[in-house]
Formats: sequence, structure tokens, C-alpha cells
Amino acid sequence: MTVRTTPIPLEDIESLAVGAWILGTGGGGSPYLGLLNMRQLYAEGRQVSLMDPFDLADDDDVAVVSNMGAPLVGQERLTDSRTVARAVEIMERYQGRKFRAVMSLEIGGGNAIQPLMAAAHLGIPVVDADCMGRAFPEAQMTSFAIGDLQPWPLSMADCRGQEVIVARVTTWKWMERVSRKACVELGSVASTCKAPRTGREVKDWAIHHTTTKAIGLGRAVRAAQRRHSDPIAAILEAEGGLRLFAGKVSDIARRTTEGFLRGTATIEGLDGDRGARMEIAFQNEWAVAWRDGVPVATVPDLICVLDAVTGEAIGTETLRYGQRVAVVALPAPPILMTPKGLEHVGPRAFGYDIEFRSVFAPTAAE
Amino acid sequence: MRRIGIDVGGTNTDAVLIAGSNVVRAVKTATTADVTGGILAALKALSRFPEVTGQPIDAVMIGTTHFINAVVQGRSLNRVGALRIGLPAGATLPPFCDWPPALADLVRGEVAMVEGGHDYDGRPFMPLDRAAVTAAAHRFAAAGLKAVAIASVFSPIDPSCETEAAEIVRTIIPDAAITCSHELGRIGLLERENAALMNAALAELARETVAAFEAAIAESGLKAPLYITQNDGTVMLAAHAMRQPVLSFASGATNSMRGAAFLSGIADAMVIDVGGTTTDIGQLRHGFPREANGVVEVGGVRTLFRMPDLLSIGLGGGSHVEADGDVVGPLSVGHRLTTEALVFGGSRLTTSDVAVAAGMLELGDRARVAHLDPALIGRMLARAHAMVEENVDRMKTDSAPLPLIAVGGGAFLVPDAVAGTSQVVRVTHGDCANAVGAAIAQVSGEIDQVFQGMGRTEAVAAATGLAQDRAVAAGADAATLQTIEVEDIPLAYLPGNALRVRVRVVGILGRRASRRRPPPAAPS
Repeated sequence: MTVRTTPIPLEDIESLAVGAWILGTGGGGSPYLGLLNMRQLYAEGRQVSLMDPFDLADDDDVAVVSNMGAPLVGQERLTDSRTVARAVEIMERYQGRKFRAVMSLEIGGGNAIQPLMAAAHLGIPVVDADCMGRAFPEAQMTSFAIGDLQPWPLSMADCRGQEVIVARVTTWKWMERVSRKACVELGSVASTCKAPRTGREVKDWAIHHTTTKAIGLGRAVRAAQRRHSDPIAAILEAEGGLRLFAGKVSDIARRTTEGFLRGTATIEGLDGDRGARMEIAFQNEWAVAWRDGVPVATVPDLICVLDAVTGEAIGTETLRYGQRVAVVALPAPPILMTPKGLEHVGPRAFGYDIEFRSVFAPTAAE
Repeated sequence: MRRIGIDVGGTNTDAVLIAGSNVVRAVKTATTADVTGGILAALKALSRFPEVTGQPIDAVMIGTTHFINAVVQGRSLNRVGALRIGLPAGATLPPFCDWPPALADLVRGEVAMVEGGHDYDGRPFMPLDRAAVTAAAHRFAAAGLKAVAIASVFSPIDPSCETEAAEIVRTIIPDAAITCSHELGRIGLLERENAALMNAALAELARETVAAFEAAIAESGLKAPLYITQNDGTVMLAAHAMRQPVLSFASGATNSMRGAAFLSGIADAMVIDVGGTTTDIGQLRHGFPREANGVVEVGGVRTLFRMPDLLSIGLGGGSHVEADGDVVGPLSVGHRLTTEALVFGGSRLTTSDVAVAAGMLELGDRARVAHLDPALIGRMLARAHAMVEENVDRMKTDSAPLPLIAVGGGAFLVPDAVAGTSQVVRVTHGDCANAVGAAIAQVSGEIDQVFQGMGRTEAVAAATGLAQDRAVAAGADAATLQTIEVEDIPLAYLPGNALRVRVRVVGILGRRASRRRPPPAAPS
């Protein structure tokens, strides 16, 4: 069987890094080191192809990859494309089957580039899909978990040669707990291959064409930067987003609980929003935004805090006093907004007693 | 204490003599192509005053942009042997992998990566491969390299792999200039390594420059120890600064801000330093510029070391004025002001010409700008004021109005009232604020480390103690130490409520530099 795969030029990977950082909604880790890896791999003559999820056969096996751990540790150990590939090979050995393709766990942040790094070594294509459509902090916050697909097995590799298989867990939350503990032992950073998916499962439950979407978003920002036009407007146009607020960061409170970075950023309004104030709470990613005390946007809608001038995303770890920012909302993938989806990734899953109402919902529906 | 402060800028070399807390004399001379010529001229100009030569001088402090210009222009750089300790981590991203190719081609001598390094909690990551370090050093020696940069994974938490590797390299290349990354940077391997590589690339230039500075001081007849000012508003003895030229990259702007604080007596304020071509805006906190938190690009290379958080805009005393006054800068006549501006008989309308026409500034021949349309003057001043107001507001960190201290030769472009500030403060000798800042520089110590298993108060106290040890080791008088910056960041996905703490303390330079001992190593 011949399947169409499209080579991804390096230029598009540069755009992917910019777009994925925006879709990371403040978390997911910076794609910078992944991008550097891809530049090296392309300089060595390797190339990666993109495959439409609907070109998968029902019984194809797809590897779902991601890096796990503390971004800080990643900044010292650096991301190594071979370790990502090894996590996939460990799973192939364990399952006794070869993968047809790899795909991303989350298209938001650094994990958008991990499958490309694995694919460059394995010589198989990357499926144009992920299972978050953005970034989320926990394993059960995926479309596969929402679909009640099997959460196990999981393979994990560190760069020193440690290999871990989580053979069986009873729930996605147990997978999060067990794998997180193992990751901490390895030095708080590891490459993982999540529960393998069949082509049928990817077609039924993945969030489709998100790699293309992230590339398009990054392209729009980079083109606007080159033209010296407003990159925020370009983002809104590319994704059908909404501008929620423009202002200056006036306070940022961070704390870690249960290993997550939590806190609240306060933004004082400027220009058209002068006199107003926005508060945005985060758990690794931006979760709920209040304007003058009234919630205006919540997960799973994507809340993105962007540099007002460059349009580039600002992470919850790097946001700082005085930054000029634009806060925008981008539409969430529909599956995350179903009743089952909201159980996993709605405001209450993050501890906020707020009813989810998309900022993109037609007002007539009230 | 009687000190001479010198700032070597792109256009002018300024020098001041400070006795206690008084500015005794200030002079401005033109910067020369060989840099030291300007310093000598400034020192000679200063020495004409009897109060300068009458009594001994305790110290000469020089701030210079010489080293950062060398990197940006890609000149006078030597080749470097790069030693990375941390395999098997990071193997796919070797040293120089994120440098602009042209600059990398100039600096890359040999690259070696070996096993070793630490974890974030201080546990060894891999044992140091001493044989591989020895082999790398032999390769560097065979290639004739005299400068070596060493970077090890998590060396800010435990520098022992870097220091041990440095000892091995030194036994094989005894006269090598060795830079260890933990002396410069914070957590972030590539950026810290980049800083170390850049520092090593400047080794020869730094040695020659400092020697030339010392020769200029000797030739002027002064007998005083020479200090070089650093990015954070503190100083290092020239002999030490020579080993860390990257730490003086942004010292000019910092000196201006420190000088502004000193001259105005205000420790918490916004500062605007208007030069010939650019205006730097920053915030003073406890008399020091607020630091940039993240990555700072120098010559297209991402680096991480102490730098002031500054906003530079294209506005200055030499900025071009276009379109009936509605467009000001970013082009500037720069050091050609005295030939190209209208008041000097040139043909280019500059902000200085408009200020002279408006009667705000005495410069050149006012008759040459008598024809300027008052409406143009009004529009240009309004434009400059808007630029100042908008960008000062951009750099403020909260809405409370702070005073704004205006310094630099182009300070006339700053209006007397700026929205969002409580008042605009102008000071005597404000045009030499940078040299004043150099003269009053203090000595600092810094720590940036992850603490686990202790409360926030305990962790900050532990970090403060370590920073104080480092400041005293660098020459500070222990009785004058002051904590000027504490930052703690809880870390995601690490066990034991990990807290990264950064503390900086400063103290007044002790009179006895001979008491200096080497900086203590961070505990593992």
C-alpha cells in the first residue's frame, strides 16, 4: 500500500516551534532545544515526513511520544533526539511489533517537536495529530483518556541507559502517578512512549491536523514579524481567536504543589483596556482568566499570553513584571468540550468551581 | 576614599574624581581609536587640577564597552577549545550548535565532550571521565589553543567537575586562559556555556586591554590599583576582571544608572540616560539596576549572565529629525554631531539643533537654526516627549509613580513632567553620570542554587550566607554587606518542594585588597 507522506521542510519546523509555543498556553516547555536538534538532524541530511491520520490503516500501530519532567532539568541535560527514538524502540521490543508512525502527545510546547526527533532516527512518518490540541499537565488530560482507551503500557528511557516499562495500571490517573515517580528517580527528565494506539483509535479519538495547525500559526506570526505588522492580529486571523485583553504584567505569584507550578498572574489594562485588570490562574498552563473579578475564559479554551510586540508566547515560568502582553483565546478542540471531555479538562478538573462556557459559544445559545 | 571613575563610551571618554561623597572634578574628552589614548587624555585633563594630584588616589575604576564591541563586530577574538562535561546527556547539541555560523567559525578551535556532571539535587550524574579530559587537553595543546572554556551539567549546583577538569587542562597547557562556566552563569547549560566560550574568546584582548589601561594610568603619574566595572554595578580588580571580560559587557549603562542614584540621592527610581544615538531606560531598585531575568543575546548568541534590564530606543542628542518634526531617530549623526549638525555648520537637522533653536540648549551657533519653524520645534519636542513617556512606562514594574532621573548629554529631550512618574530629577554632573557610577562601584557576591527539604526562609538564609562569603572573597568589607536582591522560584516537577534561590549582596570595597582570597566553591 502506498500512502502519501509530505516531507516537512526545515522552514516549517522553525514555524512549528513558534506555533507550538503559542498552543502550549504557557506550559509544555520551550520548543527551542527540540528545534536545535532538528536543525542538527537536517544538517546531517535527515528529513521527516508528515502523514495524514486518515491515511493510517485500522491495524497500524502508532507510537505516542513525549518528554516528561522538569523544564529546568531539560535546560541542563538538553534534549537528545536519540533518547526519544529509544523510548519508541523499547516499546517495539516489548510489544514485538514495529510502529507504522509516531505522533505527538501534546502539540503545545516542546513536545510538538519530540515526534519529529524520534521519526528522524526511526525512518517512519509523523502523524499530523496529537491528543491534547494544546498542552495540559497530566496524563489523563488527553483525548485518548476521554475516549476511555487503554492507558498502558508505557516505556521510559533516560540518556544514561535506564529503561522502564509500566506494564499495567488500572486508570489514566494511576499512569500519571506511577510514571511521574519513575521519572523523578531518573533525574526528573525522561523520554516516554505512551500506550501504543491503533490507526483506528487515532482516527476515532486523536485531535487531527494539529501539526499543520501549529505550523500555520507559526508561519503567520513570522510573516507578520517580517512585515512589521501586528502579529497578534495575524494569530487571531489564522486561528479564529479572540483578543481578551491588552496590558502590562503587574504581579505574578507562583508556588509548587504536588509537583505542579501553580499561581496567578495579574495584568493591568492598557490602551482599550486601561482601567481594567485581568487575573489568570495557572497550573503549568493558563487555566482561568478573570476580567475585573468575572471569569471570561477557562480551560479547555486556549488562553494564550503573548508578547505584545513580537506575538511570541510567554510561559508561566518566564512571565515577569512589566512585560507588555496580549491575552488571546483560541478555540478548543470540540472533543475537549464534550461533557466527558470537561470531566477531564474542564475548570473543575483544575479545582475551579466554575461552569465552562466557551468564549466562542454563540451568545444566542443563552 | 578618593577615587577616579572613567567611562569609555562610543563618543566620549568621561572621567571624574570623587572624594568621599563629593564629585570634585569632572572632564569629558573624545574617545580615541586606540581607547587608551582617550583614557590617558582624560587622566591628563583631570590631573591639571591641583586637588586631583595633591593627595593619593585610592582606586581608578574603568567602565568600557570594548569587549562587547569586539564580539558584536567579530574582531580581536581568539580561538577556543570547548570542553563539555555531561555525556551521555546533550550529545546531539554540541558546543557552538546555536551560534551564528560566521562567529562560530572565528571562535571554534576544538570541541570535546566527555562524561561527568551532576544532577539538579547535587547527586553525581556520571563520574568524571578524567582520561577523556586529558585526551581533550592534549588535542587542544596540539592545535595550539591557549584559551579553553569548560562547561559541566548543573555546575552552578556543584562546580567540582569543572574545577577538576581545569586542573587537568592546566597541567597540560600551563599558560592556558581557562574559563569555567559556573563562574559566569546560571542554570541553562547552552547559555552558560556560550558565556564561557565568549569569555574565553576574549582572553587575549582582555589581557592586552587591561595592560594598556594600566600603562595609561602609570603614564599619567597616578599610583592606584585599577578596577574594571561589571554589568551589575560592581567592580573587580583589573587582574581578576581580565579573566572575566564578559562580566563588563553592559557596564556602561549600569554605571549611568548607579551614577544617577548617587548624584540624586534617590535609590528607587526610573532612570533615563540620553546619549548621542540611543537612550537607555531602566529601573533602580535599592540603588542598583534591575537585572534581566532571562536569556540575553550578544552578537546573535544566547547567553545567561548578569545584565541590567534595559530598554534601548533610537533617541538621542544626534538623532535625525524628519518630516516637519514628526519623525525623530532612530538614525543619528552620532560622534559626527560636531560636523554634521546645523548649529555646527552641517546640513543635517538633529534634535540638538531643535533644542538650541528652542533655547533649551547652548551649543554651536544659534543663528544657524534661527530659521526653524516654531511649529516644527513644537512637533519634534512633542514626539520626543511621547517616546520618553511611552518607554519609561514600559519599563516600570508597577503603577505607583516613581521619580525619573534624567542623565546623559541628551537629557534636554526629557520633559519636566512625564506621566506615570512623580517628578523629573536633573542633577549636577548628570552628563558624566556613567563615570560617577564607575567611581562609586561596590563589590558583590552572588549565589543561584536549588535548595530542597527546607523552608523558604531557611533556604534564603542559606543562600544569603553563601553570597556573603563570595562578596568578602571578592574584596568587600564584611561590615558593609547589604543584600540587594532575593529571588526564589519554586520548580515544577521536582520532589521535596524544590526552590531555586538567587541572592546578591554588595559591600563597599575594603581598603586592603591584599586580604583577598580565592572565591569559595559552592557546597555540593
